[in-house]
Amino acid sequence: MNRRVVITGLGVCAPNGVGLADFTQSLLDGKSGIRHQPNLEKLGFGCQVAGEPLVKDNLIDDYFTPLERRGLNATGIVYGVIAGVDAWKDAGLEKNTSNEPFWDRGIIFGTGILGVDKFREAIHLIDEGNVRRLGSTSVIQTMASGISAYLGGLLGCGNQVTTNSAACTTGTEGIIMAYERISQGKAEIMLTGSCSDSGPYVWGGFDAMRILPRGYNDNPTKASRPMSATASGFIPGSGAGALVLESLDSALNRGAYIYAEVLGGEINSGGQMGEGSMTAPNSIAVQRCIRNAVSNAGVHLSDIDVINGHLTATAKDGLEIENWSKSLERAGVDFPYINSFKSTVGHCLAAAGSIESVATILQFKEKVVFKNVNCEDVHPEITNLISETRVPRETLNHAPKVIAKASFGFGDVNACVVFKAFVEE
Amino acid sequence: MQEEEKYQKLKDIIKIYLPEDVAITDVEKDSHFMNNLNINSANLVDIVLDVEDAFDIRLENDDMDQMQTVNDAMAIIDAKLKEK
Repeated sequence: MNRRVVITGLGVCAPNGVGLADFTQSLLDGKSGIRHQPNLEKLGFGCQVAGEPLVKDNLIDDYFTPLERRGLNATGIVYGVIAGVDAWKDAGLEKNTSNEPFWDRGIIFGTGILGVDKFREAIHLIDEGNVRRLGSTSVIQTMASGISAYLGGLLGCGNQVTTNSAACTTGTEGIIMAYERISQGKAEIMLTGSCSDSGPYVWGGFDAMRILPRGYNDNPTKASRPMSATASGFIPGSGAGALVLESLDSALNRGAYIYAEVLGGEINSGGQMGEGSMTAPNSIAVQRCIRNAVSNAGVHLSDIDVINGHLTATAKDGLEIENWSKSLERAGVDFPYINSFKSTVGHCLAAAGSIESVATILQFKEKVVFKNVNCEDVHPEITNLISETRVPRETLNHAPKVIAKASFGFGDVNACVVFKAFVEE
Repeated sequence: MQEEEKYQKLKDIIKIYLPEDVAITDVEKDSHFMNNLNINSANLVDIVLDVEDAFDIRLENDDMDQMQTVNDAMAIIDAKLKEK
């Protein structure tokens, strides 16, 4: 079975916008959500800027009951619930008030690590000999699947409810997994997305690897520079993105708004062989992933008019462009428009693929290609391969037709998904 | 602390754990936490922690096993306060 799958809902909790309206405006304007973090400075981090969604206390009350708020100390869960519940509502779907689970609705909501602050709380209590003080929600806030479990209960889903985890590819992988479940007839509607906690305990490991920029602590909005000649590493972020995927039949039957169609994609790994390692990609595998994604999507290499890259602002950005160029057999001015949203949201780690896919899909609705920020000085490695005109520095009035979105993650894992503008037949 | 004050304090603790279909006005001295008030059994440990914090007492495992109803909780609170 190979049914068509569309996107009928979006939700987001991002460093530069909580909720679709704010997020869309920030993308149009190139507004940054990267800010100076006093706690990182106090703790002696090299990189003291990061992207963290601004979630007000009274907003949390809209999503959590007083009981759920009690002892809630997991930012990933807060972000994920906001994005997930918003996407469900955006799709025009209701929470389940019947007596039976929605058997044909499921959730694939990923994370890298969950409830870091809650776990720290538990660790300290246990080490003091006070395990009895942990309370009843310590487990569900810190188990990786806590976020999908929370959403599953809130929405009353009865199909597969799970959390996937594949480093930076998590969100993009989730979309492909949700697409496959529906396409194969195993579900009608799948909520997919991913979340990532904020804070020093998540970001510290990257700072210790000395791969985060240290020169922008007093200039946060300029810090994240994908594709720039002056890029000096990625800026850590956090948050969540969520998408509702649905069979085309189900969407048409209930008159749902359709943002775009998911044509399919590919997930693979470079086996950490050749140039590949735990932290660097095997280009042969990357190219294979992109080519297979396009082929699985049933379109031609020349049909892709927009790319949203992984493009983290490390020394690998040029290599990524080379891999795109070789895979799609397009260069110079023939290359698709390309952007990276990491300049304004940072690298949201496990949430990156989801937040960036939400932004990618919004381009279909807004009929634009969102601008790239902080790359007035495109890296020569990149301009040697593609024309600068393909890297928009101003938001373009171009209605995308087919967008390829890819994420590449630690572990030498790759995911590429292809989206198409939906046209009513 | 007077009996009425203790009862009110206990009711304030219980309130947050009541499901949607149970009102604070439904709570009586002989209400069974799980069977009458439909409180999730997982939350009983949270009620114990809140009681410990509110009355500055410490409940042991045996005490928790005995705490099935509002009356049970009041009795244990009284006993622990006397011990202090």
